[in-house]
Amino acid sequence: MIRSSAAEMATALAKGEVTSVALTQLHLDRIVSVDKDVHAFLHIDTEGALAQASAVDAKRAKGEKLSPLAGVPLALKDVLAQKGVPTTCGSKILEGWRPPYDSTVVANLKKNDIVILGKTNMDEFAMGSSTENSAYGPTHNPWDLSRIPGGSGGGSAASLAAFEAPLAIGTDTGGSIRQPAAVTGTVGVKPTYGGVSRYGLVAFSSSLDQAGPCARTVLDTALLHEAIAGHDPRDATSINAPVPQVVAAAKSGDVKGMKIGVVKELNGDGYQPGVRARFEESLELLAKAGAEIVEVSCPNFEYALAAYYLIAPSECSSNLARFDAMRYGLRVGDVDGASAEEVMNLTREVGFGREVKRRIILGTYALSSGYYDAYYGSAQKVRTLITQDFTSAFAKADVLVSPTCPTTAFKIGEKSNDPLAMYLNDIATIPVNMAGIGGMSLPSGLADEDGLPVGFQIMSPVMKDERMYSVGAALEAALLSKWGAPILSKAPALGGVA
Amino acid sequence: MSLTYEDVVSKYEPVLGLEVHVELNTNSKMFCGCSTTFGAEPNTQTCPVCLALPGALPVVNEKAIESTIKIGLALNCSIAPFSRFARKNYFYPDMPKNFQISQYDEPICVNGYVDVEIETDEGPKKFRVEVERVHMEEDTGKSLHVGGATGRIHGAEYSLLDYNRAGIPLVEIVTKIVPGTGKYAPEVAKAYVAELRDILRSLGVSDVKMEQGSLRCDANVSLRLIGAEKLGTRSETKNVNSLRSVERAVRGEMIRHAELLNKGERVVQETRHFQEESGLTRSGRSKEQAEDYRYFPEPDLVPVEPDAAWIEELRAQLPERPSVHRKRLQEEWTVPDKEMAAMINADLLDTVEATVILGSDPTKARSWWLGEISRIANEQNVSVKELAITPTDVAEIVALVAKGELTDKLARQVVEGVIAGEGKPAAVIAARGIKVVNDDSALMAAIEKACAEQPETADKVRNGHLPAAGALIGAIMKETKGQADAARVRELLLSFLGQA
Repeated sequence: MIRSSAAEMATALAKGEVTSVALTQLHLDRIVSVDKDVHAFLHIDTEGALAQASAVDAKRAKGEKLSPLAGVPLALKDVLAQKGVPTTCGSKILEGWRPPYDSTVVANLKKNDIVILGKTNMDEFAMGSSTENSAYGPTHNPWDLSRIPGGSGGGSAASLAAFEAPLAIGTDTGGSIRQPAAVTGTVGVKPTYGGVSRYGLVAFSSSLDQAGPCARTVLDTALLHEAIAGHDPRDATSINAPVPQVVAAAKSGDVKGMKIGVVKELNGDGYQPGVRARFEESLELLAKAGAEIVEVSCPNFEYALAAYYLIAPSECSSNLARFDAMRYGLRVGDVDGASAEEVMNLTREVGFGREVKRRIILGTYALSSGYYDAYYGSAQKVRTLITQDFTSAFAKADVLVSPTCPTTAFKIGEKSNDPLAMYLNDIATIPVNMAGIGGMSLPSGLADEDGLPVGFQIMSPVMKDERMYSVGAALEAALLSKWGAPILSKAPALGGVA
Repeated sequence: MSLTYEDVVSKYEPVLGLEVHVELNTNSKMFCGCSTTFGAEPNTQTCPVCLALPGALPVVNEKAIESTIKIGLALNCSIAPFSRFARKNYFYPDMPKNFQISQYDEPICVNGYVDVEIETDEGPKKFRVEVERVHMEEDTGKSLHVGGATGRIHGAEYSLLDYNRAGIPLVEIVTKIVPGTGKYAPEVAKAYVAELRDILRSLGVSDVKMEQGSLRCDANVSLRLIGAEKLGTRSETKNVNSLRSVERAVRGEMIRHAELLNKGERVVQETRHFQEESGLTRSGRSKEQAEDYRYFPEPDLVPVEPDAAWIEELRAQLPERPSVHRKRLQEEWTVPDKEMAAMINADLLDTVEATVILGSDPTKARSWWLGEISRIANEQNVSVKELAITPTDVAEIVALVAKGELTDKLARQVVEGVIAGEGKPAAVIAARGIKVVNDDSALMAAIEKACAEQPETADKVRNGHLPAAGALIGAIMKETKGQADAARVRELLLSFLGQA
């Protein structure tokens, strides 16, 4: 049962073949047996999840009309506020904090009766590509426990690949949903910026952050997408427009006559051979399904990474200023005679990890008077140019595609002392955040050289998210018939349990 | 060796710059739905947004934008079709996010002016104060530093924080530099703040109570030698909590700067705090090293792009300008210039107007407020507005006098009673047993008694020596405990003595 898709679980629930309590318990048991190896979860809310599940069962027993995913369990990235449940963002500085309110994403999940199992591990404040920057220890890739599960949302992706949950919520600032999906053989979507409310999402970089759905199939992702998306008056950047019809698109999976643009700059040098091979193969399958493959050029993508590492740290240097020990979270050095300033300094010294400090320092510098124009100002101009690149590319193609990341999962510790090498992992995902458009990663197979999952990225214009679901569903169907079974069936068994 | 003000202005030219912060009277805060009621229990008007809990996001209060546009229009500003909020980053415990959302290089209103008129040696003179910008921001929380001598954070044992004020909408109105006021700089500063306050009040966008901090003025002052081009170093005086203090603060800073400059010392660029008791300023934070606020556009908010038609709609709804309003009142009430000026200086125009609106004769209303009531306020060393008497009370008293139910003298007793806290006029009249004696038979008895007691005086009157009646009237008034209408007494007395 736990290896089924969320849609299949929902059907079984609707037919009365299983209760939500039983389904939830199955997943909680699975977590108990494998999470000591995977470490996808920071907090398991056994009581809360079972209470929520039994409430859904009661509603179903009364014959109430329920939402499509009612009763299906989900893993929540620990960057979203959930009332009464510890929310740490993978940081020591928030240890013990229990939000007094629900983020809009969580409120929407509850409204849809989706059962929240617990909070998943992440790079501290979503800063990282490997989940090694979590203050609570790394998450391990279920494909190979010595490897990273991607980041920052490594916990959410790993929980799916380890069958600890059929659904998960991630957040994506520069690739934190898509890159973990790619390296774990799962599906992850970053919706259009403003498509899903950011209220209650602890901010890393406000203009780039976007919460989105993660699952093992395109359809499951679409179902979750529709459950969490929509305008929210509490988020001024939330788009006031109908939610794109992504479920319908995922169900039809029709790409006949669609133009698929291959971004010239997001391929070639620096991309692992197995990654390129799987990408080419996917293009052929899409062409066979009736799509037209064209090449597009986005010359300014070259500067995306540099601009990103000015904008995101700048915003984070300001967003993280609120962690000052005054109102919540960690407080260090509050002894007789210590001033507020001393307590703030000590708390931040102890509470933040190295990568977070690195980015705060970088951002503080980039915003400083005298440097602002050269750094933050120029980065914003690059951002405009990247958006223009997308606009002209989308004039030639309905969606754009690329490999999600240049390589498969690397070893834990391999890049931790080389931040620049780590940053390069997000080279193909970052432009999407810079322009605020939608992006999806789905598995395109295993690299021949290491047998690890490879991700295929689909990018769609602002609020045309349904397009990437159509293409994703078409590719997924073609690959499935080629492989004969879902890619995760090839993953090794965990801790001796299948 | 202390300089006189005349010494200062004969040598130096003052240059002013005024920054006024106005708390808007919106029901909810700038970026969340919390209530803005003044004086609530600490930390009861807070939510995830204004406490800056992780994940919370600001949303702009539309009413605050509307109020700010109204202010901009009333100050003759252009309204920007595109403006933005920015983050002003600095750490302080009373600022929950450790940045303030404010407008920086893209404010909502720019380039306006306010005309003020002041009395000069050559009669009334108009000055134009140019407004550089009007922008929106949020207020901080309040810190209470306990222990330590100064009430400042340094030396305090501990501090209490109240976040009820955090996020209250603030509008900042910044003037361009104001040169050319010469020795009238203090008066111009005061007149500008007064005019601004009247404009804001007429717009209904703020309580404009300086003593409660809903209108706060920072006065920038610098001096340069008369004829010099280059501006001197300025100081910025904060904590100026009344119109009178604005004037005193500017005058005080001019003298302080001049004394330093005369000694060959330099003025330090700093903020200073005005001290109400001494009228002097005390050194605050040095601004010699400009703080780096690392401003950048607030990514959690979208730009403000008000619809042109909406702006025109707001423009069409602007109330009468206070200066025009004053002119109209002066004509309607036929008040001489000097008395009008007195009323404005005493800050009683609105009070008199309220009394007139309640039906009082303008001259009577004015004479009560500026006469008897002001006199009592002076005696008690408080402002008229702090007294317990209201325009409603005065209008009622004026009406009773007009109906003949009170004499002027009795009315004064009623006013005294109301101010003394004895209640509303009717209650004072009842409690004190104040009543005009207009029963002729009671008066006649007193008249007969007086004439019987002073037969010689009565004879003088009978023989046509009318001034002698005064002594008799005095006795009659005494007999009736002053409650008789003196005119009626005289009429009856003369008739009794065959002289009417």
